[in-house]
Amino acid sequence: MLINDGIFSQTELESILPSPERMKKGPVAIIECIQDIPCDPCVSSCPSHAITMKSGITDKPCLDHVHCIGCGLCVASCPGLAIFIVDMNYSNRSASLTVPHELLPIPKVGEIVAGLDRAGKAVCEAKTLKVIKSKKYDKTMVITIEVPKEHAMAVRAIKAGKGMGK
Amino acid sequence: MGLRIEEHPILSFKKGRKINFFFEGKNMEGFEGEPIAAALHAAGVRLLRHSPHKNRARGFFCAIGRCSSCMMEVDGEVNTMTCITPLTDGMQIKMQKGHGVIKP
Amino acid sequence: MSRKTQVLVVGGGPAGLSAAVVAAQMGAKVLLVDDNPLLGGQLVKQTHRFFGSSARDAGIRGYAIAEKLCEDAAAVKKNLSILMNTSAVGFYGDTEAGILSPERYEPVSFERVIVCTGAVENSLNFENNDLPGVYGAGAVQTLMNVHGIRPGKKILMIGSGNIGLIVSYQLIQAGVEVVGLVEALPTIGGYLVHASKIRRLGVPIHTNHTIISANGVEKVKSATICRLDEKFQRVPNTELEIGCDCICLAVGLSPLIDLFQQGNCRMFFVPELGGLVPLLDVNMRTTNHRIYVAGDASGIEEATTAILGGRIAGACAYESIHGVDDKAQAIIADANEELKHLRSGSTGEKVRWGRDRLIKEIAVC
Repeated sequence: MLINDGIFSQTELESILPSPERMKKGPVAIIECIQDIPCDPCVSSCPSHAITMKSGITDKPCLDHVHCIGCGLCVASCPGLAIFIVDMNYSNRSASLTVPHELLPIPKVGEIVAGLDRAGKAVCEAKTLKVIKSKKYDKTMVITIEVPKEHAMAVRAIKAGKGMGK
Repeated sequence: MGLRIEEHPILSFKKGRKINFFFEGKNMEGFEGEPIAAALHAAGVRLLRHSPHKNRARGFFCAIGRCSSCMMEVDGEVNTMTCITPLTDGMQIKMQKGHGVIKP
Repeated sequence: MSRKTQVLVVGGGPAGLSAAVVAAQMGAKVLLVDDNPLLGGQLVKQTHRFFGSSARDAGIRGYAIAEKLCEDAAAVKKNLSILMNTSAVGFYGDTEAGILSPERYEPVSFERVIVCTGAVENSLNFENNDLPGVYGAGAVQTLMNVHGIRPGKKILMIGSGNIGLIVSYQLIQAGVEVVGLVEALPTIGGYLVHASKIRRLGVPIHTNHTIISANGVEKVKSATICRLDEKFQRVPNTELEIGCDCICLAVGLSPLIDLFQQGNCRMFFVPELGGLVPLLDVNMRTTNHRIYVAGDASGIEEATTAILGGRIAGACAYESIHGVDDKAQAIIADANEELKHLRSGSTGEKVRWGRDRLIKEIAVC
């Protein structure tokens, strides 16, 4: 359970995952935040107004996956770095996955990085597709990688380079 | 990988000019203006003094000049709180035993 | 010759800066003293992005919030004087405080004082907890985020509250390996998104564990942890030695309250707020009608609530001198509304309970 070890259990994950039908339709955001903490920047970050918090700032974010277009603007807005974009249609065998990243080294486009699961285990190699550094994102980078489809729902962080920077 | 952070994903560190100082007579490098205890820490020095009664090792602790763990003799003055005292060129830093000896 | 001011603010962190700025904006003559060389309190060491409402600095990094508050302070320098490296060392009589800077000691006469002295880190008992390399979380942040020096190469974090979780993440950003996080309770204490962040970077979280010793000769070489049962007793034969060169203690904060005791403020013990705190009313005023409080000194919480509490204290202190004021009333109402929302979830339960307790208690004084 999340509260015991910081890792989502399958039941907890199911409460926030888009439907398999929606996953087949293209990029969609997944907000891995299920605690009622006082926080709401994701709501105003969404141009499609797909994220709501009906009871106020301590409500859990509710993402309408149907209206979500998977643009990724919410990824860097989340102070908890808890939002990811998954596109299962990237190719026949691969999905694309967009994650927030605030560490060194910064991977270059084309570079192969390790895909880490929620327990920090390297489960696959991933190719870096995009690295977005925007002034608006204030040093939170938004990185898109290509992962084998079977790992798209497990990988939630990357490890670039051999070490962690100088 | 040394202890000084050369590159950081969020922060950049403005340092003064590189200078030399002496710890127990040994020549060391640091940056002008940074706390003495931080410069020693970066150089790998963990032991700063020994406690007065039980001779226990004492080092960097609170970093804000409150706990007195980091007291050392600096340019002849004992009980200098090295975590909040800025490093200057040619400074002489020595360990002290306990409360040190204040010369009359 | 002593200084004179209308509102003396002790402490230049988020609470003190906010209180001083509001009182000065309203028109009071304000003197702020802080014993550090830099304004901003603990905010200057915070590299992570803050939570809260996007209307109030959510998503902005802590050190940037400090910069904003300093800019606000500079904008009212006509009414706001600031003395750095200066401690408020005591209260004398009803309207006099003593302040001590490296150059001199001075008396200051005031009409109102807002004490925003923050908190002190708790310690933890275990064998060799005095070994060089055992540091508090504040010290780790100071070394790492202010001076650009890693506290070690392999660090063991003790405590899974927000500070333990956040500092672990900051250590990873600084290129330090966090070999584990130890938590005595069966559940993680801080926000779970912070926990997830470090778990996916490979940091194990050992709930139901405690540290029993730091090991090493004159510096930390390893730590020994063991499991705890449901009565928090050590479970035999569960010792685990973890190699590390630094142990970081993030085991809670306690309000810094010496000045309130000097000011004869009634104190009250509220574990949910971190321990002994001054009794305070909805205006952030203690039982000494000249003394107000805001920030962690009023109960351990975090920077956003410190800013809002500071704004309320600044506005109320101003009104208590100059009379009820529309602008001040608006500031107070807005801040209270925001505080209500911020504290409304399950993570705010302890603080809500603690603050209600204080307000009930002061009502019968």
